[in-house]
Amino acid sequence: MDKTWNNKAWFMVLPVLVLVAFSAVIPLMTVVNYSVQDTFGNNEFFWAGTEWFKETLTSDRFHQALWRNLMFSAIILAIEIPLGIAIALTMPKKGIGVPVCLVLMALPLLIPWNVVGTIWQVFGRVDIGLLGRSVTALGIDYNYTQDPIDAWVTVILMDVWHWTSLVVLLCYAGLVSIPDAYYQAARIDGASKWSVFRHIQLPKMQRVLLIAVLLRFMDSFMIYTEPFVVTGGGPGNSTTFLSIDLVKMAVGQFDLGPAAAMSIIYFLIILLLSWVFYTVMTQAGEERR
Amino acid sequence: MTTDASTLPRTGAETKTRPVTIGAVRSSQRSRYTWLVPTLYIIFLLLPIYWLVNMSFKTTQEILSVFSLWPQNFTVQNYVVILTDPSWYNGYINSMTYVALNTVISVSVALPAAYAFSRYRFLGDKHLFFWLLTNRMAPPAVFVLPFFQLYSGFGLIDTHIAVAIAHCLFNVPLAVWILEGFMSGVPKEIDETAYIDGYSFPKFFVKIFMPLIASGIGVAAFFCFMFSWVELLIARTLTTTDAKPIAATMTRTVSASGLDWGVLAAAGVLTIIPGALVIWFVRNYIAKGFALGRV
Repeated sequence: MDKTWNNKAWFMVLPVLVLVAFSAVIPLMTVVNYSVQDTFGNNEFFWAGTEWFKETLTSDRFHQALWRNLMFSAIILAIEIPLGIAIALTMPKKGIGVPVCLVLMALPLLIPWNVVGTIWQVFGRVDIGLLGRSVTALGIDYNYTQDPIDAWVTVILMDVWHWTSLVVLLCYAGLVSIPDAYYQAARIDGASKWSVFRHIQLPKMQRVLLIAVLLRFMDSFMIYTEPFVVTGGGPGNSTTFLSIDLVKMAVGQFDLGPAAAMSIIYFLIILLLSWVFYTVMTQAGEERR
Repeated sequence: MTTDASTLPRTGAETKTRPVTIGAVRSSQRSRYTWLVPTLYIIFLLLPIYWLVNMSFKTTQEILSVFSLWPQNFTVQNYVVILTDPSWYNGYINSMTYVALNTVISVSVALPAAYAFSRYRFLGDKHLFFWLLTNRMAPPAVFVLPFFQLYSGFGLIDTHIAVAIAHCLFNVPLAVWILEGFMSGVPKEIDETAYIDGYSFPKFFVKIFMPLIASGIGVAAFFCFMFSWVELLIARTLTTTDAKPIAATMTRTVSASGLDWGVLAAAGVLTIIPGALVIWFVRNYIAKGFALGRV
């Protein structure tokens, strides 16, 4: 669609601009302000320059949280994306099954995040949880509050439970938009199921898959509430992801300077990723036109 | 020549019918076994939820002493506790209030903005659109402390409007994105025809354009509802008692009263219900909404 050049359109954007500026720009300025200052309390601040940034970038604590977070994102992407595609491919395409599947699958997405955490905290407990109890009954030593590996398994399982549906819904939206003629053509050519997937379904799902990958990456990169409720970042620091570490620093220890510097570094990483996301999305959009 | 004539149509018919039958066989095999995958997945999704519902109908004593797949002494006592205690049910009212406020604010400011983005080019439009997106991607943890200070400065701590405005941080960009996607699907000729017919912009927008993208507005509202409903970190930071969301009430009561598992489970079940109800209304548009209106 050709868009007309009209600078008066700014007036329509103005309310959004004011509102988001109030909730985003002012708080960010506060963070920047803290990140370059030091305090001994009593609201007395003095200039600290880039000290906090150097400290954060070289601290083991930040590196470990970042590493854990990247690991976590990589693992859940490796599980959720193929699983989501597989489920979307096998979902019914018409009939009563469609709304039933959609509604049931979307259910976990609408549960408040700390309730998701609570559900899994209970579900995984060895004494009263179905999962913990069953796994223990099978003779596997499982305790997510003691063992880091078990804690990771629980958190990853929880995330798969919580968010795979997003990937499924996106892929499903991509799949139903494929015209029937494509399948008929493939049938006439006697194409195998694999080549239908490889040459028709996968290319058609490319755009939604991109959205899915990037949304899942970002959201898992800033995950806070669910693992916090389940493990509290423990045992030890084994499930302390970036957001958990940040809140611990800012609210728990009130280390404003380092917390602010970390916020900004964190935010810049996100900004970079958003830029990639945006570029890819708009390019895909232009190809379509 | 006769053989040629007789073989030609036959091979033609064969190439036509053979793959079709193969396709039919394949699809019947498909429908026989493939339902297993989504079914297993749905069972996996429902198990933890079932466990929560199961617990909510037990007494805490039974939860801790007997391990059973269904309640031995069925009780609704846990729900009675929640629905009769103001400190519990007010949590629901608070959550609903700020979620509704946020949805109304987000959608109403996003409508004109999305129209501008979908119809016009203007100075800095692409940068602005990108900047909006970054706010959707901003980690809430970064904003916790500054939000607290900002809203304290305005004396807005512990009010519904504070949470509603704070949630606009990620909901307004989302609403703009979804609505822009839906609006771009409406041909521009409709706008032009309406202007030629003498409609003013506001009249055109409300009378003609909004009904055309009604499903988009519904989806945008649904997503605002959803993300405001599930977010807790910011909501909890900005409230203490008067506007405290139900989900935060849960965490507090749990840590204070020595883990009353039954009541906790019942409260959890009650937080699932509004979402489940809302999904039903938008079930046909969910997928498109998650694709930000871009499928």
